[in-house]
Amino acid sequence: MTETSDDVLALRAARLYYDESKTQDEIGDLLGITRWKAGRLLALARDSGIVSISIVDSTSEADVHAVDGILATERSRAHGVTDSTSLRAFVHGLPAVDAIGLEERAARLATRSIKNDSKRAALDTIIRLIDLTTLEGADTEGKVRSLVQKALLPDPADPTAPRVAAVCVYPDMVRHAIAALGTRVGDGVTGIAVASVATAFPSGRSTLEVKIADTRYAVAQGATEIDMVIDRGAFLSGDLDTVFNEIVAIRRACERADGTRAHLKVIFETGELRTYDNIKRASWLAILAGADFIKTSTGKVQPAATLPVTVLMLEVVRDWFVLTGERIGVKPAGGIRQSKDAIRYLVAVAEVAGEEWIHPHLFRFGASSLLNDVLLQRQKMTTGHYSGPDYVTVD
Amino acid sequence: MSRLAVPKTYKLFIGGKFPRSESGRTTEILSPTGTFIANVAKASRKDARDAVVAARAAWSGWSGATAYNRGQVLYRVAEMLEGRAEQFVAEIVEATGVTPAVARTEVMAAIDTLVWHAGWTDKFAQVHGGANPVAGPFFNLSVPESTGVVALVAPSTAESSLLGLVSSIAPALTTGNVVVALASESAPCAAMTFAEVLSTSDVPGGVVNILTGDVAEVAPWLASHADVNALDLTGADTALALECERAAAETLKRVVRPGAFGPTESAFERIAAFVETKTVWHTKSLA
Repeated sequence: MTETSDDVLALRAARLYYDESKTQDEIGDLLGITRWKAGRLLALARDSGIVSISIVDSTSEADVHAVDGILATERSRAHGVTDSTSLRAFVHGLPAVDAIGLEERAARLATRSIKNDSKRAALDTIIRLIDLTTLEGADTEGKVRSLVQKALLPDPADPTAPRVAAVCVYPDMVRHAIAALGTRVGDGVTGIAVASVATAFPSGRSTLEVKIADTRYAVAQGATEIDMVIDRGAFLSGDLDTVFNEIVAIRRACERADGTRAHLKVIFETGELRTYDNIKRASWLAILAGADFIKTSTGKVQPAATLPVTVLMLEVVRDWFVLTGERIGVKPAGGIRQSKDAIRYLVAVAEVAGEEWIHPHLFRFGASSLLNDVLLQRQKMTTGHYSGPDYVTVD
Repeated sequence: MSRLAVPKTYKLFIGGKFPRSESGRTTEILSPTGTFIANVAKASRKDARDAVVAARAAWSGWSGATAYNRGQVLYRVAEMLEGRAEQFVAEIVEATGVTPAVARTEVMAAIDTLVWHAGWTDKFAQVHGGANPVAGPFFNLSVPESTGVVALVAPSTAESSLLGLVSSIAPALTTGNVVVALASESAPCAAMTFAEVLSTSDVPGGVVNILTGDVAEVAPWLASHADVNALDLTGADTALALECERAAAETLKRVVRPGAFGPTESAFERIAAFVETKTVWHTKSLA
């Protein structure tokens, strides 16, 4: 017998064995060969790739297609949220937001005067909390590399300027950021974190499979933080299960082979959620589903981050801390361009959540042009005269 | 029944708007005979900072406008000034004590200055620029472009409280610069009324910003400001000019010293003081 006919026999044997569930004895009889020969042919079929066997882990993708109910997490179970009904009851049972009171409180926090030494400290703190971001269709490897350079050395003329917490890029740009950072990749304190947006950012309008693949890709490329978007359409039409299950699924997709996990930031796109009540519900839902950080917006929709919305989200993480002793991070993103605004956010963090939150593990600014304004303010404080855009790097 | 007079409080002109000083300060302006004329805003360094931001934002639009268009806008300012000539004459007479005839001569000169510069906008590059002879199949062209944000200390005498300001602003505007002007302390009212003329003509907001108050207090902040590209000290006294020039040396800045031009002088060289020459090569053909 020639090799070619062995391949043909192996294909026939594989059909009979796997498709028609025949035994090796029966295959021998049908093909006119011994059952030992049939066994060898089946082994050949597997080795040569005629047959491939895959095992589907029922706890990953299969689960997230759950039509009824939610994929309850440790956090959610601890608060009695185990299924659709209890999730709905929990989220809609949250006390309503006092919009007037919230805005008034945010406005009052914005009037604090931060001067001189305090201002200097605030400016340096702001730099340490920045996720330096480039999320443009026109991003290139070179642009990401210069972004990383700026993250490492924000002000080339003043080495005392601290580093930023992270760079934030699209998934296919992660490898360029990782390559440019080299050994300086870290968690925002030990080094510069690499955050990647994922899940069909910014709209989130794609299938769950695509979103999971997007996330896995970014993590495999080396992203240490994933910024996912929630399904606003599902949220606004009342389908809380889908929103919840997606967050759970993406959190699982953040897991690496070695058992560690990329940190998960959940973006609400507060400009599309419209009401403070919705933002509060989304915040609790995301925390229950396993968010490490809750983030206001993508920066692609107006209005993006506002002070009242951030104060509201800080109140939620404070309440969660009081309830569980666990600290969740907050990241306002988009529209924070001036040091003056950023300082107001810092005041809000200290006053609402507590000064422990002024730490790269618990608070971040998603921003790109903010850094230059902070550097201009630093230069003004150092030199005593007003600086200008010619004295910071262009980006 | 007698009527209670409504005295005017003059404000600043920043970014096309008329804000009060950030500091909330005002000063009283008195006539030569000592009678109260008006309250005028006293600008702070933060007002100067805001004015530079507004000017910088307006620069790309104004310098990018066609020279012909800038000429039309300057001519429009002259038209609006002509229409309010009598108001200016009255204000100048009240503030400086000159005769109406002298004041009218000055206002007419200010209008003519604007028209003269309006004419120069699309001719300046022809005179100041040029095609350079080169040993190759290339055009080599030198083109004047605007310097950027020009801070100026406006000169002023009793006979030139308006004309000194106009003669400083117009040359900078001609080539596409944007201006932060410190109006003379002795005659701020005519300057702010001129700002009203600017805001009702077609000058884009931020192209001209006018501050009133203590010139010696604010000018050094503009001189040391890294986002100010040029400084016109025609209206500064010796001590202030020295201080400003020293501060300006910390950054790359063009400086026009006091005395380089007469306070009301209109001259080609005055326009040329605030331009940068860009030289470009271009192939003559592909053959």
